[in-house]
Amino acid sequence: MNDKNVRLMQGNEACVEGAIAAGMRFFAGYPITPSTEIAEGSSEKLPQVGGKFVQMEDEIGSIAAVIGASLTGLKSMTATSGPGMSLKLENIGYAAIAEIPCVIVNVQRGGPSTGLPTSPAQGDIMQARWGTHGDHPTIALYPSSVSEIYQITIEAFNMAEKYRMPVILLMDEVIGHMRERIELPERSALQIIDRKKPSVGPEQYLPYQADADGGVPEMASFGDGYRFHVTGLVHDETGFPSNSSEVTARLINRLMKKIENNLDDILRYEEENTGDADTLLLAYGCTARSAKSAMDAAREEGMKVGLFRPITIWPFPEQKVRELAQRVKRIIVPEMNLGQYILEVQRVAGGSCTVEGVNRADGEIITPEDILDKIKGVF
Amino acid sequence: MACTEVRLSGSGGQGLLLCGIVLAEAAILDGLNAVQTQSYGPEARGGASKSEVIISDAKIFYPKVRKPDVFLALTQEAYDKYVGNLKESGIIIVDETVNADEAPCREKYSVPILRTAREAVGKAMVANIVALGTINAITGLVSEASLEKAVLNRVPPGTEELNRRALDEGRKICQNLR
Repeated sequence: MNDKNVRLMQGNEACVEGAIAAGMRFFAGYPITPSTEIAEGSSEKLPQVGGKFVQMEDEIGSIAAVIGASLTGLKSMTATSGPGMSLKLENIGYAAIAEIPCVIVNVQRGGPSTGLPTSPAQGDIMQARWGTHGDHPTIALYPSSVSEIYQITIEAFNMAEKYRMPVILLMDEVIGHMRERIELPERSALQIIDRKKPSVGPEQYLPYQADADGGVPEMASFGDGYRFHVTGLVHDETGFPSNSSEVTARLINRLMKKIENNLDDILRYEEENTGDADTLLLAYGCTARSAKSAMDAAREEGMKVGLFRPITIWPFPEQKVRELAQRVKRIIVPEMNLGQYILEVQRVAGGSCTVEGVNRADGEIITPEDILDKIKGVF
Repeated sequence: MACTEVRLSGSGGQGLLLCGIVLAEAAILDGLNAVQTQSYGPEARGGASKSEVIISDAKIFYPKVRKPDVFLALTQEAYDKYVGNLKESGIIIVDETVNADEAPCREKYSVPILRTAREAVGKAMVANIVALGTINAITGLVSEASLEKAVLNRVPPGTEELNRRALDEGRKICQNLR
């Protein structure tokens, strides 16, 4: 650690560091295990950079405050765990339709309800995609190491700003509470994206005017002299509500196309040993670490095992998984739930290979041995 | 060096978490890789809690300890709960108040960690740092310089001298063993 940038850091702490580096200047939250260190760290760091931290009365108030702060031009974030995430869902939909950039961190613990507060789980995978109602775009990112939490938190802000939408940063108790070595990059080496500001004066500004199909409207800040209406109702380019089916179709399609048209920019994944693999492990978050250990052990025994690790878990990396499914004999999907992401893998594989799960929902991390047993067909 | 797995256990509030953080940080100061994880119940105080550290010169993926090489228990409850899966070649270090007669390891140390903190240092709450001094004197997992630096990095300002003394007393326990 002669290098001043090398440190031992906790995952939740790295999330705060990444957020500050990305330009976060507002955090509102309500503490909940295992995400509390993110609120705690934000309360300490934000005042040092001229930002604001507010502990709200609950999770609903927290996401509402984050949306409001973002409208004033501040990069904003909230962090929670399962029960709090359930409470935030309505306003996440609001942020999606009103196109408010923000980052929502969910450090997953056992559920449903208050479940297992201090134990890890990956049970909120489908909630991240479909938790809030209606057709809406979703970006959910899921890192698996402390260094990656730092980097992916920055990317979560970048995508939120670029596409003007809420971005969900999924973590789990293991990676949130784990401490490991991190080498912090120089701030000057980071790519930071800010939302597009209006290119016209207040008189000409239409808050929801987008230049193309899937385009992202320019965003004025409250307080800058631009007056505009923000609503959760379907609205036209002026921001005022509309009942027109034509306006509705145009808006909803544009929101979805912001994602569909930019998959190359949004999808992040890592693959290892997939070239000659006949068995592919597909895993995310802390489970991907177990899968990596299992793959290494299997390779040592001469088995052709590869690993595909989605970092962007939503949108689903459909094309890539389809390609891999056509090359391998089977895909094993270990996840700390009773089978969520596997449903997408099965859909996309479409019968071109077998797809099997390794599942635990008992508050314990899936071990490399659990996965190795499945690879070897022990059970 | 291959990979060393350390499990530190005791009662919630005894500072085992900090103990693990300091050990992991010392390993990183030594230029090694380390991962520290924890497991605890809903209680803020009491109950059994553990902090685990893996130290390796290679990258560490699976972050949890599977078969500890080094196991510390400061209370009977923690010992009973977490003693499982110890390596036969592993080292057990328990406080003198813990009955470890059935311990499966060859190398076993029953040492007055809690009493040393209370009497020799004069503060029961530094038992975690006393334990670090003892563990490292027995195992040599990290360099003494890095351990001391990591302790001083992580303890509250104003308690440096107290903690340095705790570390020293912890080392001395070990000298008396040999």
